Amino acid sequence: MKTLKTVFALIAVVTLFSFTAINDSGGYEIGDIATDFSLENIDGKMVSLADFKEAKGFIVVFTCNTCPYAVAYEDRVEALNKKYADKGYPVIAIMPNNTDVKPGDNMEAMQARAKAKGFTFPYLMDQGQKIYPQYGATKTPHVFVLQKTKKGNVVKYIGAIDDNYQDANAVNQKYVENAVDALLSGKEITETKTRAIGCSIKV
Amino acid sequence: MKYLILFLGICLFSCNQDKKNVVADYKTNEVEKVQTQEPAISLEVHDFNGIEKYLSFSDEKTYVVNFWATWCGPCVKELPYFEKLGATYQSDNVEVILISLDFPKQYESKLKPFIVEKKLQSKVVLLNDVDSNSWIPKVDENWSGAIPATLIYNKEKRQFYEQSFTYEELETELKHFLN
Repeated sequence: MKTLKTVFALIAVVTLFSFTAINDSGGYEIGDIATDFSLENIDGKMVSLADFKEAKGFIVVFTCNTCPYAVAYEDRVEALNKKYADKGYPVIAIMPNNTDVKPGDNMEAMQARAKAKGFTFPYLMDQGQKIYPQYGATKTPHVFVLQKTKKGNVVKYIGAIDDNYQDANAVNQKYVENAVDALLSGKEITETKTRAIGCSIKV
Repeated sequence: MKYLILFLGICLFSCNQDKKNVVADYKTNEVEKVQTQEPAISLEVHDFNGIEKYLSFSDEKTYVVNFWATWCGPCVKELPYFEKLGATYQSDNVEVILISLDFPKQYESKLKPFIVEKKLQSKVVLLNDVDSNSWIPKVDENWSGAIPATLIYNKEKRQFYEQSFTYEELETELKHFLN
């Protein structure tokens, strides 16, 4: 009887793991329509993708204050917004962590960080952590480039900002810029999915 | 200047956060900390080509390979479980390898003191290869790149986990590899 119980417990654990695995690899693929949202910005206002009437698309960046990789990319995210917001692809940053686990990512800390770094893009709180799982973000930083179409905001690129987190001056491939440049000039994106090390999203 | 102070303040704050976790996890080692001298350990630093052998041994052992960094809270939290696993299952031909993704500029200031302070027994190898897009899929096709991440393998079987572990979960997974 005891063995049977153990077997059931094992099955339960294994089942749980397989579900976790499915969730982990879930989220959007290239070509999917990305959900819109209404999330609180650091200025207290709610922000949705639909608010950006003139935008041709978006550079959605899941990022935070406390991950060294995210910090390493802060200036580059700001540079992306400076370069592409006027061209129709603004940066929308979303902070996905549970702030009970990471108090350094709470709204006050986000506000302080944005002020200190002079962020010119919205820095939104994924309150309730409802949005990042739909996108399939697993880490910070994690980028989704969306193109606005009649059907909705189509996912065109998923992954890293570039290929050198340590040194912005030694970057060989600017993945996000390449993707947005391709969209702006109506060309195919050559690399639609890339990967980089990042901090797991804290739940 | 004001911003700089604020910036430093935030840095300090987040560092303190990490430290607090570490202290909580290793409270019993508090006393030894005082006696710790300048760490005189040397560590292997590799690009991915140099790391690959640690992911593909084909001897009789079962390898538990954990990707971590001192700045990664959940990694630091689960590190004692990997240490315990390595010690407990040493006689079952299990070897734990800790692959650190710490930033090179923190090898001396943070990583080495950490290894000494925590008295890490498992082998620690440093991976310094910025082109992660090229090597992440070689570790596992489904790895998004988030850490902590763990690979358990032997010559017959291989399983990758992009998740955090409790000791019990880790032990359960390892047992699938042991006959």
